[in-house]
Amino acid sequence: MNIWQFMLHNHTEVLELTLEHLWLVGASTFFAVLIGIPLGILITRWPVLNKPVLGTANIIQTIPSLALFGFLLPAPWIGARADRLAILALTLYALLPLIRNTYTGIKGVDRAVIEAGRGMGMTDRQLLWQVELPLALSVIIAGVRVGVVISIGLATIAAAIGAGGLGEYIFRGLAMVNDQVILAGAIPAAALAILADVSLGWLEKRLTPH
Amino acid sequence: MPDSAIQFRSVSYRLENGRELLHDLNLEVRRSETLVLLGRSGSGKTTTLKLINHLLAPSTGEVRVEGRSTREWDVIRLRRMIGYVIQDVGLFPHFTVARNIGLVPQIENWPPDRIQQRVEELLEHVGLDHSLGERYPRELSGGQRQRVGVARALAADPPLLLMDEPFGALDPITRAELQREFLALQGRLHKTVVFVTHDLREALLLGTRIALMEDGRLISVNTPQEFVDSTEPMVAAYVAAFGTPEIRKRANP
Ligand SMILES: Nc1ncnc2c1ncn2[C@@H]1O[C@H](COP(=O)(O)OP(=O)(O)OP(=O)(O)O)[C@@H](O)[C@H]1O
Ligand SMILES: [Mg+2]
Repeated sequence: MNIWQFMLHNHTEVLELTLEHLWLVGASTFFAVLIGIPLGILITRWPVLNKPVLGTANIIQTIPSLALFGFLLPAPWIGARADRLAILALTLYALLPLIRNTYTGIKGVDRAVIEAGRGMGMTDRQLLWQVELPLALSVIIAGVRVGVVISIGLATIAAAIGAGGLGEYIFRGLAMVNDQVILAGAIPAAALAILADVSLGWLEKRLTPH
Repeated sequence: MPDSAIQFRSVSYRLENGRELLHDLNLEVRRSETLVLLGRSGSGKTTTLKLINHLLAPSTGEVRVEGRSTREWDVIRLRRMIGYVIQDVGLFPHFTVARNIGLVPQIENWPPDRIQQRVEELLEHVGLDHSLGERYPRELSGGQRQRVGVARALAADPPLLLMDEPFGALDPITRAELQREFLALQGRLHKTVVFVTHDLREALLLGTRIALMEDGRLISVNTPQEFVDSTEPMVAAYVAAFGTPEIRKRANP
């Protein structure tokens, strides 16, 4: 049996694990966007928070993923289910690119444009929603793209704590010393990463202001 | 209503590092006049404008607009009654020309059909074809962009207008055309205008009075005629730099 036959034979399981994988990545990206973009906006308004916020997000990124899963294990409610734990950890990892890109995207908006808006009497909120965010959108999407691609890779490790996803095959294959089983997890994961990268890259390009 | 629309009272502006950009400025802008701020690059013209709409706050002294200090104004209300044409044009690149022009009416919650009507009117005012409304700023020439910048500032019919080198970086022919249009427009609208330029010819043509600035200080305020006749050394030097005989001719057409 070659790898393709193996995957075809086990297509229900492959599909199930892929969907689990997507759930981990999708949910964590959702939370990362929900937290990261407001934090990125916040540090453009309160520059004193810039260093602590970006510093913390940076440090989180340097924690090895298995260790982070371990650290979070004792957390109440979260620690009770492996997928919650995995989603929290993936959210934390995806925060840095989101915060950073939101911040640099907004800071990168032409000063003359901001000044014009301010001078015409736009409120801070109007300036944010009508000018800064639309003009920073492509840079923010680039942050989402980096976050998603990182998450797809890291989510394979979530299988180690029993959160499911395509990592199941990888760990099972490692235990069985069976390359085919490893590849059955690795190939779909890689395909997802490429797909996400290409489609978000396309979106990013489309939204780039000229 | 007081006769002066804007007053600077002993205004200084310093950066946080202590560098003084404006020194003890006392200046009055009368209602319905076009006061030109003339001066070399870096003399503090833009800084002076930004103190009027409170993009900058004076370090000492006060700026009064319509009799009230800019510190006491609700800053949003203050800015909405002051049209502002910024030096770098600063059109919103993601908005069409029409939406750029209609921005202040939009944030003032005008009904859409009234905004549209106003935009059409303004395009005409500044000599742009209606079809340009659908375009984006990047699809315009530099001169067209500057016209849009002027139209945008006029949109909500503000009584005050701050224009920071609105016709800079244009070829002489287009520039002359826009200057003529400005005069025609001002003849009808009678706004209080503070107009920044470093071009003496433009100052003489458009200004009812000319305030000469140098190195963060106000040197003098003169009518165009007084300006060309002045014996004040810095004024005379400015006139000389533009060629005295030709300039005199302009002041006495
Ligand atoms: N935010 C700032 N930080 C530091 N220096 C500044 C700042 N803004 C203005 N300056 C300095 O203040 C001086 C006056 O600047 P301003 O923009 O008012 O000049 P200007 O007369 O408008 O010149 P130009 O004709 O070139 O536009 C300049 O020396 C400028 O470098
Ligand atoms: Mg300037």
